[in-house]
Amino acid sequence: MEAYIFYIMAAVSVTAAVYLIFEKNPVYSALYLILTLVSIAALYILLEAQFIAAVQIIVYAGAIMVLFLFVIMLLSLNIKEELKDAIPFQKIPALFMGILLFSVLCIILKSKFVQGKQGEYTSAYVASVGNTKLIGNLLFTDYLLPFEITSILLFVAAIGAIMLAKRKL
Amino acid sequence: MITLTHYLVLSAILFTLGVIGVLIRRNAIIIFMCIELMLNAVNISFVACAHYLNSMQGQLFVFFTMTVAAAEAAVGLAIIVAVFRNKETVNIDDINIMKW
Amino acid sequence: MLNLVALILLFPLIGTVINGLAGKRLKKETVGYIACGAIGLSFLVSILVFCGLLLLPPQERLFEKELFSWIESGSFKAAAGLQVDPLSGIMILIVTGVGLLIHIYSTGYMHEDKGYHRYFCYLNLFTFSMLLLVLGNNFLLMFIGWEAVGLCSYLLIGFWYNKKSASNAAKKAFIVNRVGDFGFILGIMLIFLSFRSIDFTEVFHAASQGTFAVGSFALTLITLLLFMGATGKSAQIPLYTWLPDAMEGPTPVSALIHAATMVTAGVYMIARCNILYMLSPFTMTIVASIGAVTALFAASIGLVQNDIKRVLAYSTISQLGYMFLACGVGAFTAGIFHLMTHAFFKALLFLGSGSVIHAMSGEQDMRKMGGLRRHIPITYKTFLIGTIAIAGIPPFAGFFSKDEIVLESLARGNFFYWSIAIVTSLFTAFYMFRLLFITFHGKSRADHHVMEHLHESPKSMTFPLMVLAGLSSLGGFLGIPGANIMSHFLAPVFGEQGHHTEISGREAGVHHSEGHPYLMMIISTAIAILGIFIAYHLYVKKPELPKILAERFRFIYKLLLNKYYVDEMYDILFVKSLKKISVMLWKHVDTQIIDGSVNGVARLIGRFGDILRFLQTGYVRNYAFYIVLGCIFVIVLTALGK
Repeated sequence: MEAYIFYIMAAVSVTAAVYLIFEKNPVYSALYLILTLVSIAALYILLEAQFIAAVQIIVYAGAIMVLFLFVIMLLSLNIKEELKDAIPFQKIPALFMGILLFSVLCIILKSKFVQGKQGEYTSAYVASVGNTKLIGNLLFTDYLLPFEITSILLFVAAIGAIMLAKRKL
Repeated sequence: MITLTHYLVLSAILFTLGVIGVLIRRNAIIIFMCIELMLNAVNISFVACAHYLNSMQGQLFVFFTMTVAAAEAAVGLAIIVAVFRNKETVNIDDINIMKW
Repeated sequence: MLNLVALILLFPLIGTVINGLAGKRLKKETVGYIACGAIGLSFLVSILVFCGLLLLPPQERLFEKELFSWIESGSFKAAAGLQVDPLSGIMILIVTGVGLLIHIYSTGYMHEDKGYHRYFCYLNLFTFSMLLLVLGNNFLLMFIGWEAVGLCSYLLIGFWYNKKSASNAAKKAFIVNRVGDFGFILGIMLIFLSFRSIDFTEVFHAASQGTFAVGSFALTLITLLLFMGATGKSAQIPLYTWLPDAMEGPTPVSALIHAATMVTAGVYMIARCNILYMLSPFTMTIVASIGAVTALFAASIGLVQNDIKRVLAYSTISQLGYMFLACGVGAFTAGIFHLMTHAFFKALLFLGSGSVIHAMSGEQDMRKMGGLRRHIPITYKTFLIGTIAIAGIPPFAGFFSKDEIVLESLARGNFFYWSIAIVTSLFTAFYMFRLLFITFHGKSRADHHVMEHLHESPKSMTFPLMVLAGLSSLGGFLGIPGANIMSHFLAPVFGEQGHHTEISGREAGVHHSEGHPYLMMIISTAIAILGIFIAYHLYVKKPELPKILAERFRFIYKLLLNKYYVDEMYDILFVKSLKKISVMLWKHVDTQIIDGSVNGVARLIGRFGDILRFLQTGYVRNYAFYIVLGCIFVIVLTALGK
């Protein structure tokens, strides 16, 4: 059951990603990206990260992608935008580069490069306490400082966005 | 049985697709989306590793990554809007004055 | 009184500064008073210092005053210190005394010149430099003075800098002197390496203690290098060629620098280092030989020259040769004595010739003069005294000093030196009286226009002439045989050795000449009179004879008139070949190798940049491509590192 869900979701996300990068219309691209993000959220649930999955859908698929669509709409882009390619010679090398990158990553995975210490948060323990509660606990104890700094980051981003978007400074 | 490797390979596939997108597309907004895709690919690795290593840190990292992605999207899109206002285009090839 | 020694240097320096900075705004009279006053005060102080020296007992006549510590670097120490001993005492008197007279003379001679203040600024600076050279208590300070007089010489020869020949002559003097100075400074370095000191007292003390054996290689090299400097400054073979050309400068400059003082620096230096020279017999031979050869060589050229100043210039070279001959045979006292008397009569002759040129409205060619005796009587009389003095007729100054050199060249040297000295003496008498007869006797050959303007020089010019004439007449009595005040006075400087050899030399002289020095005196006087007689015969009695002789001995005449073609030879040997080498260096080494390599590097980097420029497209995606490439590279590296 788990395996089926994984393969289906993986296939959906990869297909949507492929469509995303080859789709001419940016609106469609944005929709394909939403599809990818949702399927990734499903994978998070498979990995017993319910809170992250929820945030993924709310923040990414909801907030960020709406922002994208808003901008696309604002700029009223049409398909013909992409006619002029200044560096057409880069397409083929870029594909090869992608393949190269992928093979390098796979070779590293094969060579058991990724290994780690087993932690204390077993599935049973997480299930007994609750995923959201554990994250909240950690955020407000061990990771309090990074959490607060995150707020500053968002604050600065908000100000930056307002400043950039303003017509006259 | 689904192992960590499955997830990591999926992550690598999505990341590579994001890279290819950045390299071949000219629309700044789509390039931005590809960057979001790359961020998500990395997030999959984080969560999968956290799950298979019985750790919580991966999930927390994803949390921070999302914050950064949100901030980046906000600022990045604001820049695109500002550029479009000046140059009437979002074609990244038309914005090539980084030569000077 | 000896403590005042620094003032001797100070006054000319003050004069230089005032005239150099403010001279343009001052009146001509003021400039003249400042310059003459500075030298005059300096002269008075010199007399005081000299008297102070005389009051000391003979063996203690050495006074050193350290002004300040100048350079201290490791074991190298150079103090700015002044030294007064009998030798420098005589020199400061000559420099300031003759200098003062020439300053006074210049106020008259240069009166119409636009660069009046500039002239006196240079002249004061020259006096300062020369005094520094003479008074310095170490080699380095002497070298500073040495170079500074060279500079002043350059400035004054090229005083009329818009005259092409004058600026060329100035450059020639400067460059030829550089050759000698090169040897001089090498010599100083070698002295420091050998003695670990450049202080006169320490070096000479170490040398007299027998640190180096007689004729040791180091000492020979040192003395040869120092002598190289002396040949440059004192215009000896092979570096004498600048002096005749230096006559392009104003005449009083020729008198002061190129006759009376600066050119004697070499003689002074060798006399100062007499201890070193006495220890290297080989160098002494070289010095004596070069001196003797120069004396004869220059005198022979002087026989046929037509420019009044050039005759005197060659005469100067010749007389300097005498001084070197004296030093070379070890008769330093005789050399310094001749230096002094030469300063008197050569300054007199130059100033006299200046007066003649002044009267002739700038004409220097003797063939256009003649019969000036009646028109400028004071000049004539003083000039006559100078001529007699240089010719060596008793009891005028030149007789005693020259006779002493002639005598010593036989007593301590050999017959060869003696015969050269005698022949030179004959030549000297001849060409000086030839000059006198052509210029002052016979019929005037000047054109009508010049003759109308003919006039005796003003008092400011004739006064120094008369003083110098007096000195030329009487100066010789300081060193008459038997009661030689000079040699007794200078004995402490030239050491026990000098004193001793002088006595033994005199004995040897007596032995060699198979009688007494008076016989030699008679011989040299007879020679001088013979020279005068020949000149009289050729230029007064039968003025047509010289032309016939010149026709008959055409080759020799041409050779002499063209100064043995030495200038042409140097031109081919050094100037042309150097130019060729330089052009070759320029065209091949400089433009091709040096410029080529430099430009090549630039071109290479340019090419490289051209290639790299293709990478800088300005397209963000393109840059992203390279970023990814770099990422892959880094990942691979990290994986390999594991």
